[in-house]
Amino acid sequence: MKKHFAFAIAAAGLAACLSAVAQEPTVDDIVARTNTASYYQGKDGRAGVTMTITDAQGRERKRELTILRRDSGEDGGKQRFYVYFHEPADVRDTAFLVWKHLGQDDDRWLYLPALDVTKRIAAADERTSFVGSHYFYEDVSGRGIDEDDHELVETTDTYYVLKNTPKNKDAVEFDSFTMWLHKGTYLPVKVEFEKGGEVYRTNEILAVDTIQGYPTVTKSKMTDKRIGGFTVNEYHDIKYDLDMPEDIFTERYLRRAPREYLR
Amino acid sequence: MNALAYRGFACAALALGVAFAASAEEPALPPGLDAPKEEPALPPGLGGATSEPSLPPGLGGDSAEPALPPGLGDSQASSEVETSERPASRLKLHGFWDNRSGFRIRDDAVQSKTATLGESRLQLDARVDGDRASFEFIGDLIYDAAFDRVEDDIRFLRLTWPVTDSLDLRIGRQVLTWGVGDLLFINDLFPKDWVAFLSGRDVEYLKAPSDSLRVGWYNDAVNVELVYTPRFAPDRFPTGDRFSYYSPLAGGLAGADDPVRYHAPHDYFDDDEIALRLYRNVGAWEVAAYAYRGYWKSPGGQTLLPPRATFPELSVYGASARGPLGPGILSAELGYYDSREDRGGNDPFVNNDELRTLLGYEFEAGKEFTIGVQHYMEWMQDYGDYRRTLPFFVPARDEFRHLFTVRFTKMLMNQNLMLSLFTFYSPSDADAYLRPTATYKINDAWQIFGGANIFLGRERTTFFGQFEDNSNVYAGARFSF
Repeated sequence: MKKHFAFAIAAAGLAACLSAVAQEPTVDDIVARTNTASYYQGKDGRAGVTMTITDAQGRERKRELTILRRDSGEDGGKQRFYVYFHEPADVRDTAFLVWKHLGQDDDRWLYLPALDVTKRIAAADERTSFVGSHYFYEDVSGRGIDEDDHELVETTDTYYVLKNTPKNKDAVEFDSFTMWLHKGTYLPVKVEFEKGGEVYRTNEILAVDTIQGYPTVTKSKMTDKRIGGFTVNEYHDIKYDLDMPEDIFTERYLRRAPREYLR
Repeated sequence: MNALAYRGFACAALALGVAFAASAEEPALPPGLDAPKEEPALPPGLGGATSEPSLPPGLGGDSAEPALPPGLGDSQASSEVETSERPASRLKLHGFWDNRSGFRIRDDAVQSKTATLGESRLQLDARVDGDRASFEFIGDLIYDAAFDRVEDDIRFLRLTWPVTDSLDLRIGRQVLTWGVGDLLFINDLFPKDWVAFLSGRDVEYLKAPSDSLRVGWYNDAVNVELVYTPRFAPDRFPTGDRFSYYSPLAGGLAGADDPVRYHAPHDYFDDDEIALRLYRNVGAWEVAAYAYRGYWKSPGGQTLLPPRATFPELSVYGASARGPLGPGILSAELGYYDSREDRGGNDPFVNNDELRTLLGYEFEAGKEFTIGVQHYMEWMQDYGDYRRTLPFFVPARDEFRHLFTVRFTKMLMNQNLMLSLFTFYSPSDADAYLRPTATYKINDAWQIFGGANIFLGRERTTFFGQFEDNSNVYAGARFSF
């Protein structure tokens, strides 16, 4: 009798545990959904970005750019990015093209309109500043999810707290980064990079809109104590599923900006 | 393995543990499986719930509340989109005001002026975007203090018209560039402004505009670009007034008192140029084939009576490839220069045929530090005939002219300071050209810059050696609007 009772408890416990496991997504699920929410909403998309860079002395510089993105197909797959600079003057009408691959270096081109030159950019360290801001190239196009080991360190009512440790420590400047992922949308509301236990670099989502059904970051801020200062990105004119043809992301449109998509 | 899987396993283990509750010898969980407690401690500041970030507007305060699914949020979403859209202006007006001056750092016996550059330049940039077509104007108005004169230079006056999804037309004055060299050109036979380049104007002025029709036809097999220039557009080359040059007829350096006298083909449609490029991507590599029919862009010949520099007929056929190799980008290009007025090489007053090749590699050598190296070669064809027919008073060129270039680029101070050194060195001509530049962006409107153009050479007859006395330094500031 006692034994049966014990079995009943065990069965109930097991069932409860199993159902809890079924409801909780796996770490791989969380990582994949965050990657999709951050970089793969819709099959393509456009955003205007107002980037305000504030340096350690409080001086401000502004960048105005439009980013076009097109996915090759499945979420987490290859992508192409087209970045067009409206401001400031020294980079005006410059265009930047990235073919993002998985597991190999991206292909990157830069077009300088005054010289009508398309330059091929060497596959560089992805963790260098994007146009002088506190954001890195990798923050713009996304860090490969296979480059880190992921660990769910905490689940709160609101967040999955995910700790990410690089597989190749020599390729990056951090020891790990921790993401607070909003449970409903998987958006990384806060990301902290630490080195030697000290948090030195923080990205925060400051505003979100739901656009065409996709929860979308409309304002974010990156602070970097090592560099000093911070960069705030405000996103506008966001649109998804524009059905952009693939050839927008080729040399032809580097030389002739696709105004119909840039507005 | 991940934490949730561990947790599931822990649950199962716990349940099994209860099932065999009678036993006190329950197996201990291996290290790492037993509890969230044993996980690495959160770094300082991440610990408690208080360090959790608050939700931004839009994600809702109630964490238990699910996000709006597609469809439910539509009406709200569309209004949000409207509020965040910005009106797009069809007319854009910009420009800059650029002041710079430069002077010779060596005495030049054939130049009375020390100043090589002294200009105040106003550039206006206007663009009108239609639904499909667009129109661009970029024009410079220059006060040249070195010569006390006002000049204008219209760089773009161009209509861009995408006729169909696969056909683009661009008509009018425009700056055109193709090929894979860095400050070296083989199949790019669009006009260059060597005077601007050598005297310290912005590098964008290396390319001079031409009045052309550019037709682009794009498809998956091969993209075709055709540039038709109805009237020959020569390079802007040193003619002596600002920069002295080596004159084989004078047998030495010539300057402002003895400018180059030249005769360029100038009849519309009779003296035209046509340039063709076929290109496509093969994986990560870009490959292209080129053809050109026109004239030597800088003087490639000479008449004796009257003494005039000439621009003999030229055709060029070539190819290029560019793509990733190891950590950097490899570029390769070659072109055969068919000097149509001297195919046999027997006319000493017209350039012979040449084969030109280029091999380049650029890579990131450090944080925001890139290095680019190139080897470039000109191989004169029919060299024996050239030597046999060359007049005694003209110094002979080598059969092979080798040129190496090295570019160092370093960005500092959040990319607001850019230091660059571009060096040309020719072991065959024993001459060199160094271009150090520094540019600092004070803010989004103002930048200041300085640099030098240093020419070195054993002989005054070689390409860079002839400019040795023109070595100069310059500095200036630009305000953009």
